[in-house]
Amino acid sequence: MAYSEKVVDHFNNPRNMGSFKKDEEGVGTGIVGAPECGDVMKLQIKVQDDKIVDAKFKTFGCGSAIASSSLATEWMKGRTIEEAGKIKNTEIVQELNLPPVKIHCSVLAEDAIKAALNDYKKKHGKSE
Amino acid sequence: MKFPLYLDNHSTTPMDPRVLETMLPYFVEKFGNAASRNHAFGWEAEEAVEQARKQIARLIHADSKEIVFTSGATESDNLAIKGVMEMYREKGDHIITCLTEHRAVLDTAKALEAKKGIKVTYLPVDKTGRVNPDDVRNAITEKTILISIMMANNEIGTINPVKEIGKIAKEKGILFHCDATQGVGKIPVDVQEMGIDLMAFTAHKIYGPKGVGALYVRKKAPRVRIAPLIDGGGHERGMRSGTLPVPLIVGFGKACELCEQEMPTESVRLAALRDRLQAGILKSLDEVYLNGHPTQRLPHNLNLSFAYVEGESLLMGVKEIALSSGSACTSATLEPSYVLRALGVGSDLAHSSIRFGLGRFNSEEEIDYTITRIIQIVNKLREMSPLYEMAKEGIDLKTVQWAAH
Ligand SMILES: Cc1ncc(COP(=O)(O)O)c(C=O)c1O
Repeated sequence: MAYSEKVVDHFNNPRNMGSFKKDEEGVGTGIVGAPECGDVMKLQIKVQDDKIVDAKFKTFGCGSAIASSSLATEWMKGRTIEEAGKIKNTEIVQELNLPPVKIHCSVLAEDAIKAALNDYKKKHGKSE
Repeated sequence: MKFPLYLDNHSTTPMDPRVLETMLPYFVEKFGNAASRNHAFGWEAEEAVEQARKQIARLIHADSKEIVFTSGATESDNLAIKGVMEMYREKGDHIITCLTEHRAVLDTAKALEAKKGIKVTYLPVDKTGRVNPDDVRNAITEKTILISIMMANNEIGTINPVKEIGKIAKEKGILFHCDATQGVGKIPVDVQEMGIDLMAFTAHKIYGPKGVGALYVRKKAPRVRIAPLIDGGGHERGMRSGTLPVPLIVGFGKACELCEQEMPTESVRLAALRDRLQAGILKSLDEVYLNGHPTQRLPHNLNLSFAYVEGESLLMGVKEIALSSGSACTSATLEPSYVLRALGVGSDLAHSSIRFGLGRFNSEEEIDYTITRIIQIVNKLREMSPLYEMAKEGIDLKTVQWAAH
């Protein structure tokens, strides 16, 4: 399968790859997927005054999964919690030009965003 | 070095220029139909075909009259299995095969199950990928008419105890078909000694052209009969009609001759390169697991699982090297390799597997380059892997509650 240029770019130059300490003030962590399924994504956000000031990811998965999570961190940075919650997998599919067999990668990225936001809210007493 | 490097020789091999050279005259000048009995063009073509048949038969210790030309190993497997089941249907309705066969065998067996009411036993394999001959013996019933077990596996290179299985088949009077697509030309094959009655193989895996293969059909003790898949002019003694592709057959013959001549030195050279590749990678990376059998495997095969790294992302990271992975992401089904699963390899490690298939045109320089690049990319991807991070923190990944999707 040939990859889109954007997937290749994110794969070769991943944005915001790394980790925050899970118990650090203002950090929310989402881990989704399973090793048996061939992809696991960890997305983390750092929030100040309701705004996502930084984001990081680590992903076990194919190039499209890595690109989807890399892109997700880029899009989350600078958004408010509420705005970040509105990121849709279809936008990721469009931006990265994912073929139908890779749509699940974008779904996983959306799940990871939601999981990170929920974790932050739970930890900081802002449950939905 | 010329990029991209080709290390996917189980999939197909480049044609040897010496093979092409022998084929060329048979396209334009010597274009005759081997079945034309009444002029020089036909005689010339027939002579070339018979010469190739001898070269091919010699490589597998058969008689040239036992070689039936087909379009490739897929057709040969179909012809052997469907041909035998149709011809001997009155004697029984049971086939014994195994879980790690190529889909040319598995899907043929499944089609017979679904459409013809044939019963199929799919034998398990041990954790190295080998079929246990005792399992074959125990699976035999009064209705068994065919045993179909491959010589060497296309993913993990594991070589089956073919001779022992052949002996059991003989003892019980059951026909033995062997898909030897990956074995012929790479390891010594002797249909007499191995007790093989039918055997499928193909030219494009042994530096010959694509589009031609053969089915060995035993003529004596026993004389094997098969019903054709393709009816027509009665070519190949009625077993496979259709005008013979003379240039391809000439190339197939030459490819077999070269393999026979070079196997003693070439198999040693490839095994040494393969061992170098394996040792070079294992020396610098931890948690890399060998899939298959440590010794009973093809000399040019290496199949490794790199824990915490997904196979397709690894391939993407070394795009200048042609390799293959058992990862689901490289298949249409999103299921990881059924061969590795049959060995008991967990889904996680199956997703992390890479197959290296070395070949005649690979050099030591290419192998050393590959070692360096694999180490680089695995380290890079592990750095990126949440699983590696968790494992390093001492978390047992098996105890984590994953949200499966
Ligand atoms: C074990 C085995 N059997 C059958 C085949 C099919 O061969 P062909 O491509 O000649 O049909 C292959 C090749 O992919 C193979 O590896």
